[in-house]
Amino acid sequence: METQQDLSAEINAMGDAYARALKDGASAETQPRLDYAPYRSSILRHPTKSLHHADPETIELYSPAFGHQDVHALESDLTIQHNGEPQGERIIVAGKVLDGDGRPVAGQLVEIWQANASGRYIHKRDQHPAPLDPNFTGVGRCITGPDGSYRFTTIKPGAYPWKNHVNAWRPAHIHFSMFGTEFTQRIVTQMYFPGDQLFPLDPIYQSIVDQDARDRLVASYDHNLTEPEWALGYNWDIVLTGSKRTWTENEALGAAGDEE
Amino acid sequence: MSTTTNLVPTPGQTVGPFYGYALPFDKDNELLAPGSPGSLRLQGTVYDGAGETIPDAILEIWQPDADGRIVQQTGSLVRDGYTFTGWGRASVGHSGVYTFTTVNPGPTGPGAAPFISVAVFARGLMNRLFTRMYLPENEEALAKDPLLSSLDPDRRKTLMARRDPDGGLTWDIRLQGEGETVFLDFQ
Repeated sequence: METQQDLSAEINAMGDAYARALKDGASAETQPRLDYAPYRSSILRHPTKSLHHADPETIELYSPAFGHQDVHALESDLTIQHNGEPQGERIIVAGKVLDGDGRPVAGQLVEIWQANASGRYIHKRDQHPAPLDPNFTGVGRCITGPDGSYRFTTIKPGAYPWKNHVNAWRPAHIHFSMFGTEFTQRIVTQMYFPGDQLFPLDPIYQSIVDQDARDRLVASYDHNLTEPEWALGYNWDIVLTGSKRTWTENEALGAAGDEE
Repeated sequence: MSTTTNLVPTPGQTVGPFYGYALPFDKDNELLAPGSPGSLRLQGTVYDGAGETIPDAILEIWQPDADGRIVQQTGSLVRDGYTFTGWGRASVGHSGVYTFTTVNPGPTGPGAAPFISVAVFARGLMNRLFTRMYLPENEEALAKDPLLSSLDPDRRKTLMARRDPDGGLTWDIRLQGEGETVFLDFQ
């Protein structure tokens, strides 16, 4: 069985090669590598041909519409979905969804899911022998405000062991799923917590070989979001790819959003 | 926002293995009710580079209605059974097969080749992939389609659905290897 040492050697070799390429004038990579062998499950699941450039057309220049028909306001609080209080450290995670031009993405769907405070997912395939929490499911949704803002109240997830190699642990993370104003901006990603000692060891986080790009997935502790005697606050903004559609003035001002 | 800034996009990450209790929802793959007028089954199988089926992939489709109109109606997550929103989500089953109930997308303009926009997510797939599924009919429109004309015939056919005898559509996705689906980069 492969050890963390074996994996770390591969991760570091790829990181060093990238650093050399950067020094030699290669442009910075901003997305994860699809072909990143240290994440073993990716070996047979990445395209071997390069992605084919296409100009987005018609339907691709629009996004599905979501609104308050779809999501109840209480779905953004993951700590009130059961009869009792979940175990763990209560946190607030808030920020904005922006497009590549800095425009707020208003009235759009944000979905999150995560492990509980012990690092256990409620999913039936998760065999980690840590306790399930009867008061925590770990799923939330919200619709962004007119300024692109989102806000969740939840529990800080625990680190999570997996079987990529012996003694493999994922840094604590929250899965995020977002839509933009165009379907080509669709993104699913993971938000991490600052200062996690597992970052250098994790092949999923390290599949983004550029340090600045990786840093964009790490939330900041924000004392202004922290609520007295209640919850610690973390801030994390998401930037989608730039939009290709010609915007009307109303859309650019966010008026197309589904406001309350 | 009066000034235009160019921000660097946030990186994507794999959807992982545990989306199954979070992303699926009731009638997620029914853009309209099965059996309703005009409805058809769109189905296919997702394969990896060894030709094995992938049991933990999740797909989204986004398409115009049968008349080629781009719909901007809310209500995809809580379907009322009548409103066509144009968007749906389907998890593959244990055998890697996905199913949607939808309509044939109409042409969005005169002479346009109708297609469905598809986003693919899977455990082991580092970032989502975009592709298109085209209807097999109307060869004249297909021949003029800008994307299809930019592809070799071998690769082009990976974007073409097959019409089933019952009027449904079958379209497989191959993430890697022989017959690898054409995936798109819009940047």
